[in-house]
Amino acid sequence: MKGFELAAILGNPEYVAMLLHGIEMTFIIAVCSWTLAMTLAVILLAVRFSPGRIGNAVVAAYVSYHRNVPTLVQLMLWYFGIYTILPSGLADWLSAHSAEMIFAVVGLGLCQAAYFSEDLRSGLRSVNPGQMEAARALGHGYLSAMRFVLIPQGVRNALPALVNHSVSLFKNSSLAIVIGAPELTHAVKEIENLSFRTFEIYLVGTVLYLFFTLIIMAAGAYLTWRADPANGARR
Amino acid sequence: MIHDLIAIVDQYWLLLLIGQYPNGPLGGLANTLILSALSIAIAFPFAILLAFARLSKYRVLRWPVTVLVYVTRGVPLLMLVLWSYFLVPLLTGADVPSFLTMLTTLVVYQGAFLSEIIRAGIVALGQGQMDAARALGHNYFSAMRYVILPQALYNMIPSMLSTFVATIKDTTLGYVINVPDLTFAASQVNNQLLTQPFQVFLILALTYYVICWSLTWVTNVVERRITRRRAGLIAPKRRGQLPISLTPNATEQP
Repeated sequence: MKGFELAAILGNPEYVAMLLHGIEMTFIIAVCSWTLAMTLAVILLAVRFSPGRIGNAVVAAYVSYHRNVPTLVQLMLWYFGIYTILPSGLADWLSAHSAEMIFAVVGLGLCQAAYFSEDLRSGLRSVNPGQMEAARALGHGYLSAMRFVLIPQGVRNALPALVNHSVSLFKNSSLAIVIGAPELTHAVKEIENLSFRTFEIYLVGTVLYLFFTLIIMAAGAYLTWRADPANGARR
Repeated sequence: MIHDLIAIVDQYWLLLLIGQYPNGPLGGLANTLILSALSIAIAFPFAILLAFARLSKYRVLRWPVTVLVYVTRGVPLLMLVLWSYFLVPLLTGADVPSFLTMLTTLVVYQGAFLSEIIRAGIVALGQGQMDAARALGHNYFSAMRYVILPQALYNMIPSMLSTFVATIKDTTLGYVINVPDLTFAASQVNNQLLTQPFQVFLILALTYYVICWSLTWVTNVVERRITRRRAGLIAPKRRGQLPISLTPNATEQP
């Protein structure tokens, strides 16, 4: 093994460009799948809270599947499985538009939606039912009571769990390497193959991931703190 | 479609279950379960020590463990797998099988997570238990051993079971370093068949689903039972648990 030399990685413009590209792709995957997951989670939650057994059962099955199957296997099923049985027109369009990125976003997003919707649901359920009765007694309709009374409190209760799962979504974006998406871990592996400086490049990759997750954790802690009425949040 | 699934399972069930075992290393589902059980079993004592260190009054103990916990929580598991794949052979100087590499990774990773669970359990008990035990003449370790840990660990059983489920799901990452587990077996099947990737990976997903779903179900049952017992709705069954009988017609005496 050669001596430890961080400059061999960080002083090489080619490697730095690869790392930056990897970071960019990781963020694209994370942000897109987060948006997809949150949108879907709200829809799932709306179905869960509306009457109707079939809708409820479908959502329960959706959540159960995505929470009990490893994320990696879900990604593999999407990319190696579902991709091959799509109609050829759609498959061609996908392969022309970096299919691995799209499947990474879809796979991670659908998976995380299950977690987000459960977080939001338990947040809403932990709001005292008396709040709804009081809001209705004050003349709010169901939707207006939800909008102005229950959802603000429910989201506040769900915030810590949502932040934790956002962090794991960011970390899970590294799984996309298995289906060949060019994200940060992929860049790290590629630089390792080119430079043979395994220790240095793994260290750089680890520090980068740690840096971003700690920022997300800190932002989440700040949000949670801000949302507490004791710290001056709008009531 | 259903026919394809049944045909694949019929032909390859042994490979999916135990890998190429008699002629090669143990693999498949059996290996997945052994790997997860073993890593939890090893991580558990390790996690108790880490939890003690994090609750310790000495900074020398507290700080390194806090750093370890934050690093393992802040870095993707995949990155840790790559690290062990690189470091374990380097440090031991031997050609380590990928099973052991994955085991090391999972022990460190789940050890850090479990230590947070155990720490939360100890903190949730409150200072009063420790104070009372100390007042009765226990020293710190004896109070931990006889008073704090039995309660904290009992209350933590559901969280530990869900950590076990999480570990089963995490073993899939061994795929990246060719650990012969269930995922690896499925991709072998896929390489032999070539024409039915959707069916093969659907079988893989369903297998994981059945295992993890049943374990989650057990976890929920246990959790409900523990909550009820803590609320005092079911009496502890073991003889001599209560020094004084609380119910007038209790026949059990210590």
